[in-house]
Amino acid sequence: MIYLYIIIMALVTYMIRAIPMTVFRKKITNKFVCSFLYYVPYACLTAMTVPAVFYATKNFVSALAGVGVAVVLACCRRSLVTVAAGACIAVFIAEQIFMTGLM
Amino acid sequence: MKNNFIEGLRDGIPIALGYLSVSFSIGIMALSSGLNVFQGAFMSITNVTSAGQFAGLAVIASGGAIPELILTQLIINLRYALMSLSLSQKLPEKITLWQRMIIAFANTDEIFAVAMNHNKSLTFPYMIGLQSLPIIGWTGGTVLGAIAGQVLPSAVSSALNVALYGMFIAIVVPTAVKIRPVLIVAVLAAFLSCVIYYIPLFSGISTGTSIIICTVSASAIGAVIFPVPQKADGA
Repeated sequence: MIYLYIIIMALVTYMIRAIPMTVFRKKITNKFVCSFLYYVPYACLTAMTVPAVFYATKNFVSALAGVGVAVVLACCRRSLVTVAAGACIAVFIAEQIFMTGLM
Repeated sequence: MKNNFIEGLRDGIPIALGYLSVSFSIGIMALSSGLNVFQGAFMSITNVTSAGQFAGLAVIASGGAIPELILTQLIINLRYALMSLSLSQKLPEKITLWQRMIIAFANTDEIFAVAMNHNKSLTFPYMIGLQSLPIIGWTGGTVLGAIAGQVLPSAVSSALNVALYGMFIAIVVPTAVKIRPVLIVAVLAAFLSCVIYYIPLFSGISTGTSIIICTVSASAIGAVIFPVPQKADGA
């Protein structure tokens, strides 16, 4: 039964990804559609990050530290992995400071 | 051809590392939802999606019916249709139907973002290289999480939770700083997302639906106010 559920999930997810990629093969020339598609990734990634990132850690302060470090590193055009690692380290350090500060 | 594959592999390393940490939590959740380690790995290698798998596991754990499972997956993963449509426009015409069907399999948020940011023409070997390590990382992390997740100190797992968001920030911020309309669209998306999250009236809206509403409205408003010049590549 669990396998049936997993296979259905996989099929639905695959169809969602495959149909737009196989059906729309000609270049779209409509200016609105092209512009819309250009903005999709930025809008989507931002909507997934805000406000969820502020609740992804143990407290708001450490999440803020992680986001702050990530934004600064991203502005300096560091690689994806550097930005991600910097954010993780900032959260870890902030939580150590914050927790010892409370106790 | 071979260089393209290797370039893809290299670009996939940061995504794979991010996935390794994020899928850890998927592994833990799979076990608590009644799956065994193999079933968890099977789910990750066939689905390759974070939000969709989280939602699917929740349906399985609560003994939900199959129509509910299908609807949840459709709504939460609908954003991939937008991404595939975007990516489809950037793929050169010479990429065949079969190759497109393979590329579509692991068109995740991050792979999509990296492919769209790639400043050269996309090739099939590059896309295969780009997807390989993230799929391994995603599945491997699920297995590790299911096996060893319980022993990881909570301070470490809390810090790892922001890895994925750090990657999102690394993709959006540099472009938003450089191109004002992208900044405005991103701020608009963040604003709408907060409105849906914080205002009680919208509390019935699931995370997946919220992402769809914010993405579609912010992108549509951006497209009306700031149409992208036709010559812009990948647009």
